Amino acid sequence: MTERMDRRFAALRREGRAALVTFTMAGDPDAATSLAILKALPKAGADVIELGMPFTDPMADGPAIQAAGLRALQAGQDMKKTLAIVREFRAGDDTTPIVLMGYFNPIYVYGVDKFLADAKAAGVDGLIVVDLPPEEDGELCLPALRAGLNFIRLATPTTDDKRLPAVLTNTSGFVYYVSIAGITGAAAPDPGRVSGAVARIKRHTGLPVCVGFGVRSAAQARAIAEYADGVVVGSALVDAAHRSLGPDGKPTAGTVTAVTDLVRALAEGVRGARRVAAGA
Amino acid sequence: MTVQRPNSFRTGPDEHGRFGIYGGRFVAETLMPLILELEQAYATAKADPAFQKEMDGYLTHYVGRPSPLYFAERLTEHCRQAASGLSAGGAKIYLKREELNHTGAHKVNNVLGQILLARRMGKKRIIAETGAGMHGVTTATLCARFGLECIVYMGAVDVERQKANVFRMHMLGAKVVPVESGAKTLKDAMNEALRDWVTNVGSTFYCIGTIAGPHPYPMMVRDFQSIIGRETREQMQAAEGRLPDSLIACIGGGSNAMGLFHPFLDDDAIEIYGVEAAGHGLGTGMHAASIAGGRPGVLHGNRTYLLMNEDGQINEAHSISAGLDYPGIGPEHAWLADVGRIKFLSATDDEALDAFQLLSKLEGIIPALEPAHAIAKVLELAPKKPKDHLMVVNLSGRGDKDLDSVARHLGNKAR
Repeated sequence: MTERMDRRFAALRREGRAALVTFTMAGDPDAATSLAILKALPKAGADVIELGMPFTDPMADGPAIQAAGLRALQAGQDMKKTLAIVREFRAGDDTTPIVLMGYFNPIYVYGVDKFLADAKAAGVDGLIVVDLPPEEDGELCLPALRAGLNFIRLATPTTDDKRLPAVLTNTSGFVYYVSIAGITGAAAPDPGRVSGAVARIKRHTGLPVCVGFGVRSAAQARAIAEYADGVVVGSALVDAAHRSLGPDGKPTAGTVTAVTDLVRALAEGVRGARRVAAGA
Repeated sequence: MTVQRPNSFRTGPDEHGRFGIYGGRFVAETLMPLILELEQAYATAKADPAFQKEMDGYLTHYVGRPSPLYFAERLTEHCRQAASGLSAGGAKIYLKREELNHTGAHKVNNVLGQILLARRMGKKRIIAETGAGMHGVTTATLCARFGLECIVYMGAVDVERQKANVFRMHMLGAKVVPVESGAKTLKDAMNEALRDWVTNVGSTFYCIGTIAGPHPYPMMVRDFQSIIGRETREQMQAAEGRLPDSLIACIGGGSNAMGLFHPFLDDDAIEIYGVEAAGHGLGTGMHAASIAGGRPGVLHGNRTYLLMNEDGQINEAHSISAGLDYPGIGPEHAWLADVGRIKFLSATDDEALDAFQLLSKLEGIIPALEPAHAIAKVLELAPKKPKDHLMVVNLSGRGDKDLDSVARHLGNKAR
């Protein structure tokens, strides 16, 4: 739907490798540091960037991302500042797709039409909104598609073949396969089962399928990159940023590199994968 | 907000789980298949006379229904004396005695229904969120009765504040999980219960305590609680030969209120009052009055009025009553507020404390702090009504659980 997203996945297909999709929280630990992290991500090996919109009540997130959101809110982050971060990033990088990820209430309160217009103008390429299943497509998904933004849906282990078409109908950009029934940053996915699930989704769609939830290491990333079109890593990066903070909770000289070092290792993992067909 | 008045107020929700713009199914995809399964299972159970018969049996012999509709003679007299200077009126006040149910509140009407449904669905693991602990205690009670595993999520702050209820839950065999995330109170307990559900989606039934959450919960919990209003209709007919003139109940999530109100929504002549918790006062920002002080937003699976800031971040609620201490309200209430069928009032902590003591001394009934908010507004409304006005208050719970916190607030004043 947006050119940046489609071009990026087309280029990766030509390279014959999977995408590394990174998640970090806007405003964690503060707006300036999260912008510095964002700017450093493409060079470290991130192919697609997910940027979290902080929310007080993130029902699908584990402790790491919950805490990151609260740190951001305490530092004064809000939707306007999150869009400003995207705008500043976009001024220096016109090729890396950015996906905003979060929950519906801050968008609803900002105003759906205004949000879509401002997000598009800032250089956002797609949205992942955890608490908007296909049953609520009229709320944001359809207006987002009309506004020229990708709406990336989560498919999960509970999304069976009967339900999958409904989930995929208005999905664009890529499909985000949630590798476990659970919250972000929880148990490690079972590679065999995930591979089968990716193959199943690919029978229903030509869109790239990226896999996330529970991916922490380069080895895991490599294993998933063998059959998926992308690997999403979030909690591990958020944890790395958190561990680098000073005792006062403020960023240190090592905060940006704590994230980029891990991204570099993950990118090597993804690039080292031997590609096989999903489910093979 | 002006909304067109419907022909009936009792037909909702629509097939999308909406009451007007409120309600809906704002949940993660992982939960969606289960929510659709639950909707189906509930529709099947509701149409099955055997399910209703099973419910009725337990409601009679285990819960102790019907609960009495009691003429509060001395409270009525008290209000008539207050009225003597005004109009020589003063409504005749009846209390719907939900506090006499097993476990001491209206909560059991709903939990019984959900646990029987969980059994039909073959679920053996029950999770629940709780604030003050009443919904947790009730869920633990029914899980003990039916031999089900029970896990109750409770904010760490509430665990500390409500030790007696934590002990009760332990006695009943439940596991109480203190929630350390966020502000460590009810909304965080609900977040954590949703996280558990997402993780254990195949084995687990989530027993929600009020008429909130994703469809079908607001409808289902309302249906289970509506026995309060259905009994009240019959009992008032028997006592006075006609229907009441007004109904009043406290509202946090709003299940006791909706249980009383729903069977009367289409009786146009009946005035209906919901009383929210004004905490330290609506002007202070330290309250739990979502209708009076909130705006429409989306949280915990539904769109409704929420307490939140300009950025859509949820604010903490504040009330002396833990059962009203929630930053949202059931979506059906939100709609009935917009269309004007329910009139929303609010009572402060201090007003509730005064009413708590007054009802104890006048009627020998120590109410829970939640319905004490409703009693506080009865003291304002009843004197302005004529003597033949029949007013029903939902006495939704008893005050045993609140004695410690009331004693703390009153200090020496209570002597």
